[in-house]
Amino acid sequence: MSEHIVSPKVYLVIFFTLMTGTAITVWAAFHNFGPFNVVIALAIASLKATLVVLYFMHARYSPQRTHLVILCAVFWLGIMLALTLTDYTTRPPHASHLAPPTRSHPAPV
Amino acid sequence: MHRTGELYGQFETLEQQKESAALGMWVFLVTEVLFFGGLFLAYAINRHAYFEAFGIGSNTLDIKLGGFNTVVLIMSSLTMAMAVWSAQVGKKRLVSIFLIATLSLGTVFLGVKVIEYKQKFDHHLIPGHGFDMRYRTENPSQTDDPKEIALEKEELGKAFTQDPDINAHGQLYFSLYFAMTGLHALHMIVGAGLLVWLIKVSFRGRFTPQYNTPVEIVGLYWHFVDIVWIYLFPLLYLIDRHR
Amino acid sequence: MSEPFLPPQHKEPHEDYLNATYGIRSWLLTTDHKRIALLYLVSVTFFFFVGGIFATMIRIHLLTPSGALVTPETYNKLFTMHGVAMIFFFLIPSIPAVLGNFLIPLMIGAKDLAFPKINLLSWYIYIIGGCFVLYSFGTGGLDTGWTFYTPLSSIYSNSAVTPAVIGIFINGFSSILTGLNFIVTIHTMRAPGMTWFRLPLFVWAHYATSLVMILGTPVVAITLLLAGLERMFHLGFFNPALGGDPILFQHLFWFYSHPAVYIMILPSMGVVSEIIPTLARKPIFGYSFIAGSSIAIAVVGFLVWAHHMFVTGESTYAALTFSFLSYLVAIPSAVKVFNWTATLYKGSISWDTPMLYALGFIGLFLIGGLTGLFLACLGLDIHIHDTYFVIAHFHYIMVGGAVMGYLGGLHFWWPKITNKLYPESLSRLAAVILFIGFNLTFFPQFILGYLGMPRRYHTYPPEFQVLNVLSTAGASILALGYLLPMAYFAWCMRYGKTAGMNPWPATGLEWKAPSPPPTENFLVTPEVNWEPYDFHSRPDLGLAAGAPLAPAHGDD
Repeated sequence: MSEHIVSPKVYLVIFFTLMTGTAITVWAAFHNFGPFNVVIALAIASLKATLVVLYFMHARYSPQRTHLVILCAVFWLGIMLALTLTDYTTRPPHASHLAPPTRSHPAPV
Repeated sequence: MHRTGELYGQFETLEQQKESAALGMWVFLVTEVLFFGGLFLAYAINRHAYFEAFGIGSNTLDIKLGGFNTVVLIMSSLTMAMAVWSAQVGKKRLVSIFLIATLSLGTVFLGVKVIEYKQKFDHHLIPGHGFDMRYRTENPSQTDDPKEIALEKEELGKAFTQDPDINAHGQLYFSLYFAMTGLHALHMIVGAGLLVWLIKVSFRGRFTPQYNTPVEIVGLYWHFVDIVWIYLFPLLYLIDRHR
Repeated sequence: MSEPFLPPQHKEPHEDYLNATYGIRSWLLTTDHKRIALLYLVSVTFFFFVGGIFATMIRIHLLTPSGALVTPETYNKLFTMHGVAMIFFFLIPSIPAVLGNFLIPLMIGAKDLAFPKINLLSWYIYIIGGCFVLYSFGTGGLDTGWTFYTPLSSIYSNSAVTPAVIGIFINGFSSILTGLNFIVTIHTMRAPGMTWFRLPLFVWAHYATSLVMILGTPVVAITLLLAGLERMFHLGFFNPALGGDPILFQHLFWFYSHPAVYIMILPSMGVVSEIIPTLARKPIFGYSFIAGSSIAIAVVGFLVWAHHMFVTGESTYAALTFSFLSYLVAIPSAVKVFNWTATLYKGSISWDTPMLYALGFIGLFLIGGLTGLFLACLGLDIHIHDTYFVIAHFHYIMVGGAVMGYLGGLHFWWPKITNKLYPESLSRLAAVILFIGFNLTFFPQFILGYLGMPRRYHTYPPEFQVLNVLSTAGASILALGYLLPMAYFAWCMRYGKTAGMNPWPATGLEWKAPSPPPTENFLVTPEVNWEPYDFHSRPDLGLAAGAPLAPAHGDD
């Protein structure tokens, strides 16, 4: 681990950014953006998580190996979600309890 | 039992020991990502299938308490990072102070969770026997706002027509709610235990600019638990809030 | 580089890890990776017996078409408990926890693993998980299949599912901690000069295995936790009546359980990669390809799991995706087989027992792997899914591959672990007996499966009896093949010849430590300045002066 000491000023900036992100998430939840509500929520959450990883967890100042470890975690989670969804999203309607509904029963994300 | 700060026998240098500890914790956090990941997958599939039920379920959560907890936890990440900084610059008193602050904030978080869980219990929203999404609107308490109850009853009625099995599907939402927040709370309790240990060691002044690895790696764990909540909050509390 | 790493005045007998301290506490509270390896050796062997007893009962029962031994309900429990014991408590830990634990620090020139106490904790977690599962076996057994498909496992089964699921959940952490330990150790504890591309291929194989362990095991842990919670609290994650989805369970379960088979085979391939160059006296052909293919198998292995679910109503698109990816994952395995074969070509092969196991591995893994491709073919799978074809396929890999690699490794490193030599003729005979018994047991099952005999059925049509009887006969020979090594390994501890430091001789760093090694492995930290498997530059190996080594056929 590098001995780069992150200054408390940086921590405070990150903290207030996280607070702002939280506020925006809540604000956005009370407005109807249709299917984009969840996209906004996840995008802000991911931004917040990235800031925590980079600055609070010192990933920005860590060796490349640490970056690889983090990317692997994200990538593998991605594989699990993406490949499972290739099955779920291609099943015919009503073929399983959780298959995509037909047009008469739209389910907003 | 080795005293903190000493070189353990299997290592050649303190640098190697520090490197190993940090890499070990990062690798452990990878396993935690996949562990929680399974729950997130279950959540994603079920939310897509039962959107009405998830919306109703989410709206029963108290957004003020959830938002407050989010702020508390992010603050605790700040104090944790400050504890590491204090050790790095040799301010030993501050290390203990920030660690205690982190523990206190974590405890507040857990306390709020207890309140929330109790609320769910009172409203018959614990999955299993007796689960009934309609219970609260049919048996409102003195403190409930009657207009709010009427609105919720209407929402529930509409949802029931769109999805007759909404009670079962709502139970799925709450099963996931308790599984995810419960697992998260369990991790926080473990984190609290680790903080207690760190505080005890910090009182003995053991954390210095040369040796602060335990603070650093408990910090990594604590930040990870914060990140899980950063995702849990919008995914559980903020579904369909714009009704 | 030509002297063992001992101080000059050293003379035998020396203190080693076996006699350094005495008493049961010194073993149960040890943090020495070598002792922990032996603790695992005893416990995995125990579970091998448990699984083996169930296998014996299955094969006896299947001697007659209407079932010779047990009731249908009990039969369901037999194949379930056989699978659970063998997969989670024997195959997955076997090579990593026994040989990996013992050898990795020695092979990289370290004094121990990065986290010795966590290593011991891994073993205790394994034991506790094992106790829960044994409790389940003893209080009504388990009849859901080792795959625990819901809603049978989470709702309808009347067997002792909950303790079993808890036991496997706990055991998962043993696997995770071992993998974590190996990854950190290999990254941070290598001796000076031991660069990544000087590592023995055994270490590369275990690094890849550890990747699978830490990325996959947490998912099965959460899956079993959910299934257990569903069973205990009547939740509905996987219960259709409550809106849940059994297919979700299958996705979550197989996301781990397919890569789990790579946990079982990669270490075995690592063993073969050590035995073949040593006993063919030739540098391995294509070192970097074998190293890279281990990583490739670990990664691509995570992309194929839904090939276990072709008949669950997957769409053509999803099925095609997973079928195609399943064909892809065979390529790195094939690369290894080609490289081992190329290593053997024009090698100076000595027919020692480890070589017999390694050669057996190559042939049997080839059959097992190719039949896996048959199963990955969508049209064929409709016909042979859930038949004995599948059972034959995975036993060719698990037994013909993984177990033969495990036995080969035990034979190869036994002289280092114990400083004893086992009786060579008997050990060769046992290897041959095992090979014959194995093929007689499982080859008929390919035919049975193709002819349509379903798996997990307690009866079968009378026309399948001859093949079933052949299979059972083979199983009795196979059993002899397993019992003989146990017997002569025990015998040689008392009566065997002393092995010395490097009887083969082999080029790895572990062979430069004394046999058995002292607790701290190397009294002086080694400095590595030689390439792996480089027989030419190693006069210290004492190969006959002037005798030409087999010509090296290029490297990397």
